[in-house]
Amino acid sequence: MSGPSTYDPKTGIEKWLDARLPIIRLAHDSFVSYPTPRNLNYFWTFGAILTFCLVTQIVTGIVLAMHYVPSIDHAFASVQRIERDVPYGWLIQNIHAVGASMFFLAVYIHMFRGLYYGSYKAPREVLWILGCVIYLLMVGTAFLGYTLPWGQMSFWGATVITNILGAVPVVGEPIKQWLMGGFSIDNPTLNRFFSLHYLLPFVIFGVTILHVWALHVSGQNNPAGVDVKSADDTVPFTPYATVKDLFALAVFLLMFAVFVFYMPDALGHADNYIPGNPLVTPPEIVPEWYLLPFYAILRAITFNIGPIDSKLGGVIAMFGAIAVLFVLPWLDTSKVRSMRYRPWAQRFFLVFVVACFALGWCGGQNPAKAVYQAGDYSQVVTYKAADGTEATRTFAAHTPEELAIAVRAWEQDNPGAEGKAAAVVEPFKFTVETFSQLLTAYYFAFFLIILPVLGLRETPRRVPDTIAKAVLDGSKAAAE
Amino acid sequence: MKARLHSHTDLGGFGVAETTTNSTATDAPAPSRRDFIHIAAGAAGAVGAAMVVWPFIDQMNPAADTLSFASIEVDLSSVAEGQQIQTLWRGKPMFIRHRTADEIARAEADDKAPDLKDPATDDSRLLQSNGQPGKREFLILLASCTHLGCVPTFAAGDYGGWFCPCHGSHYDTSGRIRKGPAPKNLVVAPYVYLSDTTIKIG
Ligand code: HEM
Ligand code: FES
Repeated sequence: MSGPSTYDPKTGIEKWLDARLPIIRLAHDSFVSYPTPRNLNYFWTFGAILTFCLVTQIVTGIVLAMHYVPSIDHAFASVQRIERDVPYGWLIQNIHAVGASMFFLAVYIHMFRGLYYGSYKAPREVLWILGCVIYLLMVGTAFLGYTLPWGQMSFWGATVITNILGAVPVVGEPIKQWLMGGFSIDNPTLNRFFSLHYLLPFVIFGVTILHVWALHVSGQNNPAGVDVKSADDTVPFTPYATVKDLFALAVFLLMFAVFVFYMPDALGHADNYIPGNPLVTPPEIVPEWYLLPFYAILRAITFNIGPIDSKLGGVIAMFGAIAVLFVLPWLDTSKVRSMRYRPWAQRFFLVFVVACFALGWCGGQNPAKAVYQAGDYSQVVTYKAADGTEATRTFAAHTPEELAIAVRAWEQDNPGAEGKAAAVVEPFKFTVETFSQLLTAYYFAFFLIILPVLGLRETPRRVPDTIAKAVLDGSKAAAE
Repeated sequence: MKARLHSHTDLGGFGVAETTTNSTATDAPAPSRRDFIHIAAGAAGAVGAAMVVWPFIDQMNPAADTLSFASIEVDLSSVAEGQQIQTLWRGKPMFIRHRTADEIARAEADDKAPDLKDPATDDSRLLQSNGQPGKREFLILLASCTHLGCVPTFAAGDYGGWFCPCHGSHYDTSGRIRKGPAPKNLVVAPYVYLSDTTIKIG
């Protein structure tokens, strides 16, 4: 794809270096003369944005590590010190904390882009899988990072997640102790989490190099999903892609800056400003927003599946939700890459995106909460009325707790009545739990049933022969 | 094939390989001395690598000082009836509950209740780690919800015992799971009475 190198060293120094380490040639061929499909849209700028995010996290992270103290007695205070006392610490800490969210925002857009335009299909399977590896490493890194400030959410989030590992039969408990370096989340855990949180971003950096290498072997996919066939189909990376990437990055940075300067805590949880306390659990434990969909899938499995109990089932479903991405290239049977030409895939994809958002919402709610409740809880109490006859009285309230309070209050006001309460009648409820289960089912069905079957049954629209033709058709359609 | 036989000659022969060149009948040559050396060297390398890797894995297990904090002593006389104290044992929160007569009665009455998810009698939950019966008044439990490890609160929930706010598990006055996502009863900590009023946990 890259073709013969067009780098032409001009000065003596360049020629000298080129004969010894052709690094300028590599950069020129990869980022200047590199041919990019001429029809790329703004979804193709997220690779550059992601690279920027990774570098930002590493630079700000190294600065934080100069001031952060990985000890359960000092970690919380040291982050407070960074935010209050260290010169510009408030800025760098905010960039790092907000940066994690921005990183995930960008990676999700990047992944949905790949999903929609079929960028995982041959010959880009390895490229896609390397991307999945990066995503998995990002999840690990963010989880480790979130424990470092040692707030209540840090502590209890780490406790809940490590307990999830304990669900694995036989080896779960030893693995848990091995990971924690003790019997609970404690100082040894914090120390190793810090060490690993420092390490993983550099592993991500390494895998990113492989990812870009694989990209430059197969070439970029494009919105039409057809292969590059001639020079007419491409434009050089510089200036076209460079400038487009920089413009998109500037817009992205604008949003990034709004969060950093005006609402640095909007994406975090208030409870993380309470120092971690192993004796008190916060009323609700939720992960950061970017992990909520997986948390919802974890909690959706509330039933045993054969010999697998619900807790282990949840763990399998959660990891399965990421694992399925790795094998996606072999699940989608359609020959057409871009969903732009697949009317049915397009619709199912749209529902899939909505389902992912809805799972995210569910992950932040109490599973017992009713999404929809048809009427009130009610209870009939039979009692002896003042005239000695038997009478009944019906109580109704929105929640069982309110109902119990109402009944008790009435009994206290009428001591002689000797009320006998019948069973509580529950209204029909559609709970967050049921909703999560439906969404989880769709999530897996999309990959395991819809994409494999659809590729065989669907009649795609006509795919343009070349990228150049797709562009011309597009501008003709726009002109009409 | 030729090269292989050639190598035998080089090595002076080991008496294992064929000595004739026209071995068309069998395609796979018999293992030579060189194959043996390759396998032996590979195996030794693999064992050596495993021996080097193991310390790097094992270092993450609980260290000796962490393990040495493994037992604590608690003076029960400071816990009044109807009161509970929370302490940390191995970094994990614990409940030491001095039960009222009413709580004990409720716990025993429910020994055969049909809704016990993880059936156990109240007596069995008071046993010391040496197998001797404990005291009915003192329930010594790990304060970790068996679902995902939150700390349940007392005197909440439907059974007069503990209630876990995280995902709504209800435990009775014996710490048995009665309702909610938790699969098991609250775990009884391993403890023994050192005297009438002191226990050792761990
Ligand atoms: C993939 C890149 C990274 C991600 C996604 C990430 C994510 C996070 C997150 C979510 C936090 C918690 C912030 C908070 O809630 O206040 C955090 C904290 C921290 N990170 Fe990172 N991080 C990354 C890279 C790095 C690197 C490379 C270093 C060090 C070299 C680092 C050092 C730290 C330190 C010292 C803290 C604790 C101080 C604080 O909470 O602000 N991080 N990280
Ligand atoms: S941790 Fe107690 S109910 Fe989930």
